[in-house]
Amino acid sequence: MTQMPDIAPALPEIFLALAGMALLMLGVFKGDRSTRLVAYLTVLSFVVAGFLLVSTVETPSRTFGGMFVADDFAVFMKILSLLGSALAVIMSLEFIEREQMARFEFPVLFLFATLGMMLMISAGSLLSLYLGLELQSLSLYVVAAFRRDTVRSSEAGLKYFVLGALSSGMLLYGASLIYGFTGTIDFVRLAETFAEGGQVGIGLIIGIVFIAAGLAFKVSAVPFHMWTPDVYEGAPTPVTAFFAVAPKVAAIALFLRVMVGPFGDLVLQWQQIVVVISILSMLLGAYAAINQTNIKRLMAYSSIGHMGYALIGLAAGTERGVSGVLIYMAIYLAMNVGTFACILSMRVNRRMVEGINDLAGLSKTNPLMALSLAVFMFSMAGIPPLAGFFGKLSVFLAAIDAQLYTLAIIGVLTSVVGAFYYIRIVKLMYFDDPVESFDRPIGRDMTLVLTGTGLFTAFFFLFPAPIMDAATRAAQSLLAG
Amino acid sequence: MGQWPILSLTTFVPIVGAGFIFLLARGTPETVARNARYMALWTSLITFGLSLFIWFEFDRANPGFQFTEYAEWFPAWNINYRMGVDGISMMFVLLCTVLTPICVLASWESIRDRVKEYMISFLILETMMIGMFCALDFVVFYIFFEGVLIPMFVIIGVWGSGSRRIYAAFKFFLFTLLGSVLMLLALIAMYLQTRDTNIAILLATHFDRDMQIWLWLALFASFAVKIPMWPVHTWLPDAHVEAPTAGSVILAGVLLKMGGYGFLRFSIPILPEATAYFTPLVYTLSVVAIIYTSLVALAQEDMKKLIAYSSIAHMGFVTIGMFTLTTQGIHGSIFQMLSHGVVSAALFLAVGVVYDRLHSREIARYGGLWNNMPRYGIVFMIFMLGSVGLPGTSGFVGEFLSLVGAFQVNTWVAFLAATGLVLGAAYMLYLYRRVIFGRLTKDDLKGFHDLSLREMAVFAPLIALVFWMGIYPNSFIEVMDASVAQLIENYEAAIQSAADEAAGAAAVALR
Repeated sequence: MTQMPDIAPALPEIFLALAGMALLMLGVFKGDRSTRLVAYLTVLSFVVAGFLLVSTVETPSRTFGGMFVADDFAVFMKILSLLGSALAVIMSLEFIEREQMARFEFPVLFLFATLGMMLMISAGSLLSLYLGLELQSLSLYVVAAFRRDTVRSSEAGLKYFVLGALSSGMLLYGASLIYGFTGTIDFVRLAETFAEGGQVGIGLIIGIVFIAAGLAFKVSAVPFHMWTPDVYEGAPTPVTAFFAVAPKVAAIALFLRVMVGPFGDLVLQWQQIVVVISILSMLLGAYAAINQTNIKRLMAYSSIGHMGYALIGLAAGTERGVSGVLIYMAIYLAMNVGTFACILSMRVNRRMVEGINDLAGLSKTNPLMALSLAVFMFSMAGIPPLAGFFGKLSVFLAAIDAQLYTLAIIGVLTSVVGAFYYIRIVKLMYFDDPVESFDRPIGRDMTLVLTGTGLFTAFFFLFPAPIMDAATRAAQSLLAG
Repeated sequence: MGQWPILSLTTFVPIVGAGFIFLLARGTPETVARNARYMALWTSLITFGLSLFIWFEFDRANPGFQFTEYAEWFPAWNINYRMGVDGISMMFVLLCTVLTPICVLASWESIRDRVKEYMISFLILETMMIGMFCALDFVVFYIFFEGVLIPMFVIIGVWGSGSRRIYAAFKFFLFTLLGSVLMLLALIAMYLQTRDTNIAILLATHFDRDMQIWLWLALFASFAVKIPMWPVHTWLPDAHVEAPTAGSVILAGVLLKMGGYGFLRFSIPILPEATAYFTPLVYTLSVVAIIYTSLVALAQEDMKKLIAYSSIAHMGFVTIGMFTLTTQGIHGSIFQMLSHGVVSAALFLAVGVVYDRLHSREIARYGGLWNNMPRYGIVFMIFMLGSVGLPGTSGFVGEFLSLVGAFQVNTWVAFLAATGLVLGAAYMLYLYRRVIFGRLTKDDLKGFHDLSLREMAVFAPLIALVFWMGIYPNSFIEVMDASVAQLIENYEAAIQSAADEAAGAAAVALR
């Protein structure tokens, strides 16, 4: 007789799944006119899921035969994902209505992608990992190609799909190797197996490498980054804003969970891989961005670079490293959402523009937007006292603690190179004369998002303790379990 | 006085003022500009008034940190907000608070575009500078140290004069950032040993000798760029030339001192063995800087560039004096920094006076200004002689003490550095002759009016300071004396114990 599994830990996910289906029904019955309603309800369900997350679940707990883990780490990352998704939905509303792509599926797909992310973050075995990942990815493929009548968007969707499928294949292959060599897919059992020591076979190593490659694809780390610039550029801008934030948070969470959890005792085997992809990502992110003229492509390279920095924390493989990554991702989320809010407000004569040079003289035509974008850019460059500095500080701290000196030195040097293109945007906005002024006003939702993230980025240094403490707790829970 | 957080007040009053300007200055462009100017002036004067409390209440016999403040910041990481000044840093705080109102006044008429943003940038800059000198926590220090970059980058880029202002702004930003990030790594490495970033704890910690070498190099990368030392000085002439007058004043007056202060606060006391190891390197670079940049200054056609190169040469004296680790040397180097902060700031202001009238910095465009601007001629002469180091002016005391220190340690270094004095006199007098003396033949110069009342108000306090520091230097020396004595004592004790240890290890090895 099988017992009914305890569903309490998965309550937020279950709620979100039900909400998604209900919203789908609502959309079907009411048609595309209900897009705004569906979008608001989507945001509402994110909020409710967030509440369920912090209030009901007692952590840590495992359920569904260990496939689903709820711990402080999961709560932290899920809140970030929910926040990123909710902000992305809010930011996209005006855009989809303006660009005639307001179909009710749009917010619902965001919702399902977010559900996938939450499952990924809570994955307790290789199988639930894969299920969450695919739920997320399939939704993302569709939204990337959501503007099916334009070539660029369809191309972005297709490219993302083909390469994404390839990476999922690699991941699965890696999972099958690991299952074959150890006889289990459960993270706890895997960790126990490796903790006993003994010989680590070559097949197992290959399996880990495949899994790492698949995950590196999802976080768009070099050398699996090729899709990023094209997809970022081709996808509709609010979708890009979504891609840049929530899926990255989820994928990094998954990366952490898999590497530090079951393979934590094999740190020496995978540390080199992570170090190398981290260095390559930082270098490519810094150098390839210099010559970009399209701001979405620039942001793509910038996010590759940022993933490189986040992976520094993973490479350290310590509690300090994990908490460094978490802090970095929280700050990354605020900076990127804010930057994309600016990008979404770049309109000239009711037409979206994406050229970096279109920002010239923004400080004269729209001082507030210029100020916030300048704050985000300086923050991404890691200049104190802005938030980005604390993110970098915490990962470098972890790297030096783990004696990864080369990694840290390359990291800070590339951050100087990266600073060049970030401050180039500041230069355009403040030093150059305006060409064409952007349409105003930029909309209430956008102003709200912009002000909120801007204030967070600028004044994070006043109250860093809550996020830092939460990240430390989350890291402890990950390493404990 | 104990209960008032006087240092935090001094540090944050400017940024509060900037906030007021940001929120309150509204209306037509003219009223906004006028309100912003007055609000900035009042804010900076209030800050100056507050800083006077520090000057008068400072206990000159106490070598330790005074007016200390503490507030929890990231308690879990042992990184906390700590402020305090000792005899070394206290006068730099005053230098900042003196120069900022002068900068505001000097920009009164020359800045017409985006006045509000300009004043906000300057006040933010003031907060960052004061905070940096007051910080007693390494992370707090680093944040202020780097935070300076943002307003300065904007000041050079937006209100700079030349066509190369953007290049200069980028160069300034990236050079200093490159140095600073390496310092950040050193800071992290130190933190991981002490688990605390309190500077007082760092000062009491002994680091392994090999580690000291690396840490010292990382700190050196940052401070040497900032001070700047040859060969990483190249950002300075560009930044000076392109920055608006007040920007140059702050750059020369305060920003360069951050490097020197960094050496005194971190490199020398925390890493004594590495300091001893690298002293020859510092001497060499400083001597090269003095001679080379003096020669370069001789050949300049641009007034601001000439003064910029002279700044590098003067900073060479500072580094030599500091690394002699003698009482006179360190007194001299601190004094030289203060004096240079006043004198070179005033020289840039003097260039600004004629630049506002002709909009050219080219020396050849001027000549014979004595005929219609006698008051300007006298003011310029005072500062020119201060820069040369005429006895009775502040420049003499600093250079003399630095050289006295150098002679005790290394005669050749002192000899070579002293040639810089001769060259300094040559290029400054040459500049003065070409600009002020001669016949007034150029037509566009004939209409110049002499210094206005506002301009006199700008120069008067600086003239007073130059003579005060030159004639009665003791009021400044006595402030730093106790702290410097403690610094040297601790340094020598550390070197001695390292030597003993090495001897002990050798003895063990022999046995």
